[in-house]
Amino acid sequence: MIDWSVHLPALQVIVPMLSAPFALLLRPRGLAWAAAVAASLFAFAIAVMLTLGVLDGRNFEYQMGNWPAPYGIELGVDAFSALVLLVITGASSLALLAGRRSLDADIEEDRQPLFYAAWLLALAGLVGIPVAADAFNIFVFMEISSLASYVLIAGGPDRRALPAVFKYLIMGTIGATFYLIGIGLIYLMTGTLNLADMELRIHEVADQKPILVAAGFITIGLALKAAVFPLHVWLPNAYTYAPNAVTVFLAACATKVSLYLLLRFDFLVFQPNLIGHDVQFSYFLMPLAVLAILIASLVALFEKNLKRLFAYSSVAQIGYILLGASLVSVAGLTASVVHIFNHALAKGALFLAIACLATRYSSLRLENLAGAARRMPWTMGAFVLAGFSLVGVPGTAGFISKWYLMTAALDHGSVGVVLVMAIVISSLIALAYVWRVIEAAYFGEPKGAASGGEAPVGILAVTWIAALANLYYGLAPSLPVTLASTAAESLLRHVP
Amino acid sequence: MELLGLYHYWVFAVLLMIGFYAVIAKSNLIKKLIGLSIFQSAVFLLYITMGKVDGGTAPIIQAGVENPVFSNPLPQVLILTAIVVGISTTALGLGIVVRIKEEYGSIEESDIQEIDRR
Repeated sequence: MIDWSVHLPALQVIVPMLSAPFALLLRPRGLAWAAAVAASLFAFAIAVMLTLGVLDGRNFEYQMGNWPAPYGIELGVDAFSALVLLVITGASSLALLAGRRSLDADIEEDRQPLFYAAWLLALAGLVGIPVAADAFNIFVFMEISSLASYVLIAGGPDRRALPAVFKYLIMGTIGATFYLIGIGLIYLMTGTLNLADMELRIHEVADQKPILVAAGFITIGLALKAAVFPLHVWLPNAYTYAPNAVTVFLAACATKVSLYLLLRFDFLVFQPNLIGHDVQFSYFLMPLAVLAILIASLVALFEKNLKRLFAYSSVAQIGYILLGASLVSVAGLTASVVHIFNHALAKGALFLAIACLATRYSSLRLENLAGAARRMPWTMGAFVLAGFSLVGVPGTAGFISKWYLMTAALDHGSVGVVLVMAIVISSLIALAYVWRVIEAAYFGEPKGAASGGEAPVGILAVTWIAALANLYYGLAPSLPVTLASTAAESLLRHVP
Repeated sequence: MELLGLYHYWVFAVLLMIGFYAVIAKSNLIKKLIGLSIFQSAVFLLYITMGKVDGGTAPIIQAGVENPVFSNPLPQVLILTAIVVGISTTALGLGIVVRIKEEYGSIEESDIQEIDRR
């Protein structure tokens, strides 16, 4: 009996990638969607199997074509990448399952096969990044996912998506090119592209300038891709004007993947080799993280468009993830990896609830949504649950990551106290902006004649699955926490 | 002449900055894309340069050639992929510009912002 599980890392990428041209051929109505759902669920199942394997203590390493590692191309899955894979494939499956009707409304029928093919390519690119163990492969996967997601965002009927996506394209390409310059400089000095090999070989040339320059280029390039404040300007408009299902998918995982890569590069490749790297890393990123948390939350507080409001809140949440990492401690990194998972849950559920609202409301401005809870009680119920998770109310997933983050920050003396204050203030602001929506929906007087009541059952069911997941992982957080602490320990194995 | 001996790298840096400047400073979307193309081409040059060995040939084993000097083929292979990525990005960018022109009737960034604000 051959052990098929060794091929899982390769299948994780190959399944969505090969399904993409297949979906393109399925012209009859709804078939392309079905194929995309099937491929996405299959990819999710593979991610679950990989996660179970990792929890069993297995480390997946796969050599493409059986060429040995530093020369051949290697794929690998560890605790960190398993968690990110779960997030990506889960978000894609939920968004597709929920999005059938809203995508039917947004995309003309003859363009649907093309759209779903682009979706699968985006999925393939996104899962490729955590799976790949080779710096150049990662670049290629990053560009596959970016190019496909530009197409997804521009696919909707809103023309304002076009300038937004153009900006995203320019900034995304600059970020990716910076990354390419960085790995070029490293290759110049070490002659290797394999991440594990790079980790060892940089050691001999670590005192030379090009490595330092490469670290700068890679960190800035990936920060641009991850929408780290103040490099986030492409994000709000791109998320706001994208079709609703696409927003669910991308808001849950697109920036997380770049953050994953940023942490991986900085902690595994540069940390052991550059003197004082951890200090520079935290001096550079901690202020940015705090500014992101405070300023983006404030902007969200005064934003009137519901999707834009939560897009700005995403920028703030990326700040939390970075803040944990910038503490450079096992506790801090655990918090930040757990938050990658929990924020995807909360934001995914929120944007799903927004997609439900969009099935009945043509404009998602707050004043339009007055009295929405009377028309759509189930939708708003899920929204409230997910909103509380975003704020970090005890019993929800968001609380777990904030708890870990504050505990980690308090280990850092007086700086930690300031950080905790920033976290508390921003949580209060988050409560305020979530409350604005709740107030409008529950206590506002409905305007105009109501057309239709609750959202369709299919999309509502998926929304509730996502919302209940927030509750489940708030009460039983062992899965993300186990994976995150394993990931944090392996990322920090070089820190004294 | 240590400084000029590394002239490939100077060309790389100058091209990179010319492209970057165009991306940031120009308001015409097509000019921005041209800048982006120049920006990416500069990186191709960095990769091609690093693989070249003085007097090196293509890495093919030939009868009768003793101790040949080879250029490193890997950067060229890598950059072939990066060129494909660059072309796709430019093509997609131009496609979006065409759609913007259809919808807004302009490809000047300031005009588009003006129209959206209305």
